[in-house]
Amino acid sequence: MELFTNQVLAGIATGAIYACMALAVVMIYQAIDHLNFAQGEMAMFSTFISWQLMQWGVPYWGAFIITLAFSFVAGIAIERILFKPLAKAPVLTNVAGFIALFAIINSSAGLIWDFTIKQYPTPFGSAPFLGSQLISTHQAGMIGVTVLLLLGLYFFFQYTRIGLAMRAAASVPESARLVGINTSWMIALGWGMATAIGAIAGMLIAPVVFLEPNMMGGVLIYGFAAAVLGGLTSPFGAVVGGFLVGIFENLAGTYIPGVGNELKLPIALALIISVLVVKPAGLFGRHIVKRV
Amino acid sequence: MTTLLNVKDLRAYYGQVQALHGLSFSLNEGSLTTLLGANGAGKTTTLRAICNMVRSTGGIEFDGKPLNNKSTESIVRFGIAHVPQGRGTFTTMTVEENLQLGAITRKDNAGIVSDIERMYAHFPVLKQRHTQQAGTLSGGEQQMLAVARALMLRPRLMLLDEPSFGLAPLVVRDLFGILGKINREDKVSILVVEQNAQLALELADQAYVIETGRIVMSGNAKDIANNEEIRKSYLGY
Repeated sequence: MELFTNQVLAGIATGAIYACMALAVVMIYQAIDHLNFAQGEMAMFSTFISWQLMQWGVPYWGAFIITLAFSFVAGIAIERILFKPLAKAPVLTNVAGFIALFAIINSSAGLIWDFTIKQYPTPFGSAPFLGSQLISTHQAGMIGVTVLLLLGLYFFFQYTRIGLAMRAAASVPESARLVGINTSWMIALGWGMATAIGAIAGMLIAPVVFLEPNMMGGVLIYGFAAAVLGGLTSPFGAVVGGFLVGIFENLAGTYIPGVGNELKLPIALALIISVLVVKPAGLFGRHIVKRV
Repeated sequence: MTTLLNVKDLRAYYGQVQALHGLSFSLNEGSLTTLLGANGAGKTTTLRAICNMVRSTGGIEFDGKPLNNKSTESIVRFGIAHVPQGRGTFTTMTVEENLQLGAITRKDNAGIVSDIERMYAHFPVLKQRHTQQAGTLSGGEQQMLAVARALMLRPRLMLLDEPSFGLAPLVVRDLFGILGKINREDKVSILVVEQNAQLALELADQAYVIETGRIVMSGNAKDIANNEEIRKSYLGY
């Protein structure tokens, strides 16, 4: 029983990271109807920025805040420079844009910081949390930071004017323009926020997976699985999906013979396909109805 | 009377297809003007051109200031509220959020709160349903919400595209009564596009008839309603 509880709690901790990545993916999907394949690489690059700042002597939380600001601005810049011009382009053009972005960021990180694995610090330490062997302080910290982030985002979208305007712009763009919302900037703002959320995920998972240019590859696939499971049209669903995928991944690795650590990733892919076949709208997503 | 909206030689295009062929009309401050015409005559396109939602050439002046080349969202800030065809409801949001969105360009929070109460007085059914998702409202209720959302801007001019579309006759009567009241009491100028010519002429003071992208008839609404020849040849009743 202790093994089970342990695996569930560890699953919630990594699930928190998947939830952040899924949320970032869903925010951009809601704004521009495309999946951002480069979301993981963007998060990785942000994590490297924070690592570099710490190498230069900036304390952890200082580096954390500066990295969030950097990521927010960088996300807006990527939207303005690369994806705003592609707004009316066909799907495949956008896909090409995302793949290009993936390759550019991945190689730049390799060029600047090379491909060797680096240690990444945790501000929470890795002692047993509250003296219990079930979960480490870092895992507890991952969950705590994510919960704070989610609460903050909930209040932002539910109770601020700009949050309301962003929701309106994502749900009915034409009506949003007719009440005076600059929908184009709302999309850019969404990119900025999604990039900052990704940065948080990257910085929290880096002590677990170690820092290197390909660190987010697997994490993003779980993030996609979480977004698909929860429903690509539902930010709430993405978060729930993230935690579920985290728990599922850990339990499958522990209890299904032969899965272990090596076959965890195919499980995420199998999950994506099963959800798309059985319930394409996901757990909380809206069904897309098209007139024919 | 001062001219609030002046449209001159308006030409609009959907891709290569020209939908308006040099259309000119004007609207006086405080008036309730209607654009009439058959399906496909260019009524909706005219409203969309005013808000720069379709490519157009020609002169559009609001209160003496040109609107050409301004973005849709900045035209709203002149005090022009557009209720589009199909109502443009934010269906996944609550009724109250829809009203707040109507006032999203305003900064006076106290005024917004009191205006929401005013809208609930105009449309009591919206108050009953203020926490409900707007998509769950009936067609008539959604049209009320669309009008209320537009009024939340405190507009000087309201553009209404086919407000009677898909509504039961009794609901339409109600709605048009409210529009007349808003026009008289809140001093909002209204430009309404309608296929239901009979009803629109009863409500309006000024009327224009559009056919294939041109104005073919204009005048006092009463005169047009009383002229049997015009009614038969252009309005079909």
